[in-house]
Amino acid sequence: MLAQEFVRNALIAGTPIALTSGAIGYFVVLRSQVFAGDALTHVAFTGAVAAAAIGIDLRFGLFAATVIVALLLAGVGDRARTDDVAIGVVFVWVLGLGVLLLDAAGGGSIAARTLFGSIFGLGTQATVLAAAIGLALLAALVVVARPLLFATLDPEVAAVRGVRVGLLGTVFLVLLALDAAEATQAVGALLLLGLIAAPAGAAHALTTRPYFALALSAGLALAATWLGVAVAYVFPTMPPSTAIVGAAVVFYAVAMTVGAVRRLPDGSRTPIA
Amino acid sequence: MLAYPFMQHAFAAGAIVAVLASVTGWFMVLRRETFAGHTLSVLSFPGASGAALAGLPLASGYFVFCALGGLAIAAGGRRNPQRQSAAIGVVGAAGFALGFLFLSLYGGVLESLESLLFGSFLGITGGQVWTLAAIAFAVLAYFAAVGRPLLFGSVDELVARTRGVPVRALHVSFLVVLGLAVGATAQITGVLLVFALLVAPAAAAQRLTPRVPLALALSLAIALAVTWGGLTLAYYTNRPVGFFVATLAFAVYLACRCWPKSSFATR
Repeated sequence: MLAQEFVRNALIAGTPIALTSGAIGYFVVLRSQVFAGDALTHVAFTGAVAAAAIGIDLRFGLFAATVIVALLLAGVGDRARTDDVAIGVVFVWVLGLGVLLLDAAGGGSIAARTLFGSIFGLGTQATVLAAAIGLALLAALVVVARPLLFATLDPEVAAVRGVRVGLLGTVFLVLLALDAAEATQAVGALLLLGLIAAPAGAAHALTTRPYFALALSAGLALAATWLGVAVAYVFPTMPPSTAIVGAAVVFYAVAMTVGAVRRLPDGSRTPIA
Repeated sequence: MLAYPFMQHAFAAGAIVAVLASVTGWFMVLRRETFAGHTLSVLSFPGASGAALAGLPLASGYFVFCALGGLAIAAGGRRNPQRQSAAIGVVGAAGFALGFLFLSLYGGVLESLESLLFGSFLGITGGQVWTLAAIAFAVLAYFAAVGRPLLFGSVDELVARTRGVPVRALHVSFLVVLGLAVGATAQITGVLLVFALLVAPAAAAQRLTPRVPLALALSLAIALAVTWGGLTLAYYTNRPVGFFVATLAFAVYLACRCWPKSSFATR
């Protein structure tokens, strides 16, 4: 299986994408911003179609659209929190715009590719670039992890201690946007949420220790990606994006069951390890 | 324009959908369950592609998957916002993954993908209009029956619970009804643009007035204007109806955001 170049490319690009999505997903769930993440991933679609309509590199459109909408969401939310009604209305309009552009570009294949991704379709150059961006995002996340955790768990105290809570919220949304644009190339704008929410939800169900959960979430996302690539390779009718997200959803279901079993009658949990 | 039967059907279906979406959407926005509403709309995608794969009428797939999705989300509970949002997100992603699988097993015709996701109003038959009307009747009957306790439970869950309102049962049944309404709306606007009708008119109305009957009427009027306006513009410009519906709804919402806040919306 590894002798095939497209499988190697899928794993090389998929690994940093999975690690970043899993790690960022931990914060997304902790901050209850899954809906914002959902909106950003869908918006990536409009960006790609817009780039296709004016004839520039799709990746440029992806990154531009998600970052612009992330800044917009940070702007309408109050105090680094986002307002779900505003998110809904903004992103549905951006999607509507995407439909118009798709009609103008006249391309159904662009739609299928951006909406559902194609991790087996990455060329060598795209793979190297995707891996580099993924690693850079991961590094940036590691740098802000500690203050971000503080600002998320106790915004008031963090603000008193001199943490720039609002700025961190914006930085986080931008990182999420970059990750969404990056991962859209692999699993698609619609399925990406599975890679962000499912491993993180599983990690939250299994442990309350922040750094352990962060690592667990990244690890589960990575496992889902590798498993998904392998399954899609063995069963050619299975789209790789579905296999990856399917594996992540199975992990989540197992973790929820385990978490429910371990919960004590008073609602607290037996600590893991 | 209205001389053509397909446009008559589109206008009739659009009106029914506007009623459904605006009333359900008003409660959805009040209960802060917009994310759940979006995810339920997503589930009509695997519903439609699954029904196509199984050779069943598409509408049945929409309704079955959306209603089941409502139950799945309700199982996640309402207490812990983190766990709830993660659960909703996972349900949505699983829905897209399943839908994509069904579509690729079916043989994946891209044109049908586009109309599933972004809607098409040209193919609505008279039978579909009647199905929609029946669903709308059931949903409105639900709101007529439990509207008051639902409102109480939405505005102040704790007090409602102590006064004996079955908050939990209302939560589950509301999500199922939301699924049905969304499944109906998705047949016109497409899976991804349901939100335009569900959230924007309701949010705009809540911005304008705290009075419940007036807000419901406003929400309905806005949804109807947006749907019919979108259909008309799409007919004359030959561009996708989803774009016009989304843009009109967005414009109305923006205009109402500039309006001074009503006391309800500031909560």
